[in-house]
Amino acid sequence: MVKFVDSELEQLKREVSQMWTLVYNQIEQARDAVMGLDRTLAQQVIVRERRVDAFELKIDSDVEDFIALFTPVAVDLRFVLAILKINGDLERIGDYADGIARFIRDAETDVLDQELLEQLQLGAMFSRVLTMLGELQQAFQNENAALATAVLSQDDFLDQINKASSAILADYARNHPDSIPFCLGLGGVFRKLERTGDHLTNIAEEIVFYIDAKVLKHCSLEG
Amino acid sequence: MEKIEARNVDFYYGNFQALKHISMDIPQNKVVAFIGPSGCGKSTFLRLFNRMNDLVPGARLTGEILIDGKNIYAPEVQVDELRKEVGMVFQRPNPFPKSIFENVAYGLKVNGIKDKEFIAHRVEESLKGAALWNEVKDKLGASAYALSGGQQQRLCIARAMAVSPSVLLMDEPASALDPISTAKIEELICEMRNQVTVVIVTHNMQQASRVSDKTAFFYMGEMIEYDDTKVIFTNPHKEATQNYITGRFG
Repeated sequence: MVKFVDSELEQLKREVSQMWTLVYNQIEQARDAVMGLDRTLAQQVIVRERRVDAFELKIDSDVEDFIALFTPVAVDLRFVLAILKINGDLERIGDYADGIARFIRDAETDVLDQELLEQLQLGAMFSRVLTMLGELQQAFQNENAALATAVLSQDDFLDQINKASSAILADYARNHPDSIPFCLGLGGVFRKLERTGDHLTNIAEEIVFYIDAKVLKHCSLEG
Repeated sequence: MEKIEARNVDFYYGNFQALKHISMDIPQNKVVAFIGPSGCGKSTFLRLFNRMNDLVPGARLTGEILIDGKNIYAPEVQVDELRKEVGMVFQRPNPFPKSIFENVAYGLKVNGIKDKEFIAHRVEESLKGAALWNEVKDKLGASAYALSGGQQQRLCIARAMAVSPSVLLMDEPASALDPISTAKIEELICEMRNQVTVVIVTHNMQQASRVSDKTAFFYMGEMIEYDDTKVIFTNPHKEATQNYITGRFG
């Protein structure tokens, strides 16, 4: 029994890892599309979103089969439950990358005000999201609960940037009335990245649940 | 409230130590499952609760086993009296070569009860309690051997329950049965906990998780872990337990 159960679990882990890499690339390219106003790149992200969705369906189905066929308990049960939730979180993050790419593809502007982007710290926000995604993938791969826990605190930075963005964008729109539609869309990018941070927090909690059987949900870091 | 208490139990078959320093409390009206690989001592431990090992040559026990606070290995204890309190159901159904009625009535008659009306009433109650009455009420005089394996096992449960024990020991009671009969036995175990304390040995992990309140994991004569069944099957504290219940134990 041992060998084939382990190989099924390995296979599930491999699939999630592949999806993770795909979602990471989606966010990275969505960033490049935004920062460089690159509509071609944005279109590629939109097309690849279907692959993210396909991964989600496949992993859902494989987890369902595993539970039905192997009735997992203890660490195996926690592992597949965590995978099921991480799968949903990664799919949502993929949706945000797609949404950001669509905004760029449809934006009616040819020039980006680099000074505005700098003031908004959009690049830093993307970088933090990518760092969190990468570190969590590593934590998942290496079963490192401490690394997953460390990622939790990074979400505050995203919340701060998102919070500050509204006032900066409102101010900019007041001074550049032609850019109001673009500013509204750009505000959506911040909200999507902030929500991505929330999903990454969920993923960190799910990794800790799987490894240590601890439930961190709804516990503040301050205790 | 504790129904059974084991205190530092060591048990030997000749020079072989089958159980090592086992202490555990089994609460009243709960179902407790013993799990572990073959030869780990779980059945040996179960059989100590009604002194089934007494006649095994070279068998020796140190420590104490208390039921309702009384040491069942004390010199004054009558084994027959003990077994009225502690019934047992085995892996393979073992009905007597008698009628269905006589099988259930046997324990009552052996205990000197002669009141036919009372016996008939207890037989009916016991068969109803074992979810067998509707299937056999019109053929109580038929041979018990005419019943299916699942029915025979429920008959054995009815026979054990007829003398109103307060503890029921079950040694892999469903391992020889099909899934439907198994489900009936498991349903019975869940219902019986209102009347008796049930201790069940099983190799079926799902069965242990479905029917028991607490689970004890045994390995090589030691009780490795004993906790609420929910804890054992979601977050066992010992690695050996986790390896066993997830099938990673060689």
